[in-house]
Amino acid sequence: MTNHLRPSLALLGVFSLLTGAAYPLAVTGVAQAVFPANANGSPVMKDGAVIGSVLIGQSFTSDRYFQRRPSATSATDPQDPSKPVESPYNAANSTGSNLGPSSAALVAAIKERVEALGGGQQPADLVTASGSGLDPHISPAAALIQIGRVASARGLAEDRLRQLVRAQVEPPLLGVLGEPRVNVLALNLALDRLAR
Amino acid sequence: MTLDLIQFLIFATLLLALAWPLGHYMARVFTGEAQFLAPVENAILRLAGQGQPQPQRWQTYMFSLLAFNAAGFALLFLILRFQHLLPLNPQGFDGLSAHLAFNTAISFVTNTNWQSYGGETTLSHLSQMFGLTTQNFVSAATGAAVAAAVARGFAAKQTRLLGNFWADLTRTTLYILLPAALVLALVLVALGLPQTLAGSFEATTLEGAKQSIAIGPVASQIAIKQLGTNGGGFFNVNSSHPFENPNALSNLLTTISILLIPVAFCFTYGRLVGDRRQGRALFAAMAVLFLVGFAAIYGAERLGNPLHAGLVDPASGNMEGKEVRFGILASSLWAAATTAASNGSVNAMHDSFTPLGGLVAMLNMQLGEVVFGGVGVGLTGMLLFVIITVFLAGLMVGRTPEYLGKKIEAKEIKLAALTLLVMPLGILVLAALAIVTGHAQASVQDAGPHGLSELLYAYTSATGNNGSAFAGFTANTLWHNSFLGIAMMLGRFGYIVPILAIAGSLAAKRPAAETAGTFPTHGPLFVTLLVATILIVGALTFLPVLALGPIAEHVSILAGQSF
Repeated sequence: MTNHLRPSLALLGVFSLLTGAAYPLAVTGVAQAVFPANANGSPVMKDGAVIGSVLIGQSFTSDRYFQRRPSATSATDPQDPSKPVESPYNAANSTGSNLGPSSAALVAAIKERVEALGGGQQPADLVTASGSGLDPHISPAAALIQIGRVASARGLAEDRLRQLVRAQVEPPLLGVLGEPRVNVLALNLALDRLAR
Repeated sequence: MTLDLIQFLIFATLLLALAWPLGHYMARVFTGEAQFLAPVENAILRLAGQGQPQPQRWQTYMFSLLAFNAAGFALLFLILRFQHLLPLNPQGFDGLSAHLAFNTAISFVTNTNWQSYGGETTLSHLSQMFGLTTQNFVSAATGAAVAAAVARGFAAKQTRLLGNFWADLTRTTLYILLPAALVLALVLVALGLPQTLAGSFEATTLEGAKQSIAIGPVASQIAIKQLGTNGGGFFNVNSSHPFENPNALSNLLTTISILLIPVAFCFTYGRLVGDRRQGRALFAAMAVLFLVGFAAIYGAERLGNPLHAGLVDPASGNMEGKEVRFGILASSLWAAATTAASNGSVNAMHDSFTPLGGLVAMLNMQLGEVVFGGVGVGLTGMLLFVIITVFLAGLMVGRTPEYLGKKIEAKEIKLAALTLLVMPLGILVLAALAIVTGHAQASVQDAGPHGLSELLYAYTSATGNNGSAFAGFTANTLWHNSFLGIAMMLGRFGYIVPILAIAGSLAAKRPAAETAGTFPTHGPLFVTLLVATILIVGALTFLPVLALGPIAEHVSILAGQSF
């Protein structure tokens, strides 16, 4: 067994340094030099302050903004650290609901969200939690369906908002890869620029 | 629908266009023809006392492999257990509990990457980089070494020698994994992945709330966890996290990366045994199983959940646990690829898939992770089924079975049959043990048949060395961390040791010339028999328990029953 020991330890040491240190550090160096914005989490600035990340969704609750998807992320209760409390879009603790397809809790949650949006049939993404809990996007249908509410909260014409949403739709890459989508933070930033 | 088909065709075309030349190149790595890194390679091997690496018999090869894996386990366990005493811990995380460190170390050494931990809430950057990323490389290289040794053994002419483990390990890492990961990591940064030593940054949202956003050296880990069929993400939710997988292009590239090396290994194998048709036959069998699985998952997710009918637009499909930027097609394709290839990364939450979508994901693993499978070990797992199949074919025509001109005799059949027990032992026996002791009931999140599915998925994923999860299952307990760890070891070494023994035995045999009576192992007839054998073994073993889990759930929701 001892003749296996030296190569084991030597190669483990070499590869720890090579793949566990040199490789990630080299990638970090190049990334920071060539793509500094991406490498540091694609932050979005407004008036000199960081207001979020282009890639990470954030919570919106006011009627004056387009709403994001439901999120299952949680945080620890400041009063009782052993207990989690709901904290949608907690970007320090990603999670999905992980509720199964036959879950009664999931059916109830979807029903409640649909009713809050005025009933009928809603776009699925607007009433289901994403995998990450941090989904930055909604479908174009989910944005269009909210136009009436946002328009009346802001006293804006619906046609103007419809134009705004259409301009914010990101089409699939080359017309086929991925799904058409709207970045909620970008849409709401554009909305704020449109009128206050 | 048409757009979805085009997306799939783009994926398949790019995958094959990359895997074919890569397979050729990998063959040159394992024959020693590729030499452009010789100075680095020789320096490393000299340091290891292997200046002139000598070919090893199967036992020596195996002991080298086991010793290296044991050392890797010990180092990783210590790093995780004591990360609070080590540098590069900007969030100030504690050391892991003994059982979580045990589970995680086994998980990464066996190329499983089961995540009992939540990445961004548990692990320091040192643990992620120096600990996990290292094992992402060398566990994949270990699997590749096994495949190279087995191919040499099958093709050898009375030599008993399978090659040198230390050289195979070093060459795989230097010539294949490291260059591929470097390129992919930088491309992924260009597409938006973070790569920094900072731990998080603070934002004040448009509505004035505080948002703390976790970041870190993400891209370097994602690149190798996709390429090395590892799957352990930087973040808890793996590649559904926008920082691991921000857009359609990053998703396409990382999906291709899941299958790239396993597919290439089919072509490498054909070249190493000197008959490319043999590699193509294995590829064909795997591709058939993959396509059927993908189509089933896609169909089930596209149709959506009948319990939500009337509430959501039926055209949306089942979106719970999925990201808008990926939608149904890209989420289903990833699920099929990651469970087929024993990668285990996810871009959508499998726990929230429809019952039939979840069933196929489980079955992909329960077949033994042979549908492309893990780096190297997917190929060797398939070769075990090849041996069973030629044996069955031999029984049908009453001839001694042969493969590549070598007689397959009682010893090889016994060893191959032994490996058929690994999946049922790790999945059925260990899951049953968790149920009778009550530890299963304490950990499942959902009531009804879905609860059984959650438990079943956990032990399936561990034994298959996959690493994906029905994540509602609470795995981070003393019991499950321990027994899932045992399942992972069983699923790794329970295959590697017997296949190396078979390769050693076949290496010593003299190949016989092909005659008119030889049963060809490269045509459509053989591929059909091989696929049938895999499905019959998998179905006989697992259909009863799948009937109690996902199938019962499917029938329930069709009847409008929720739990």
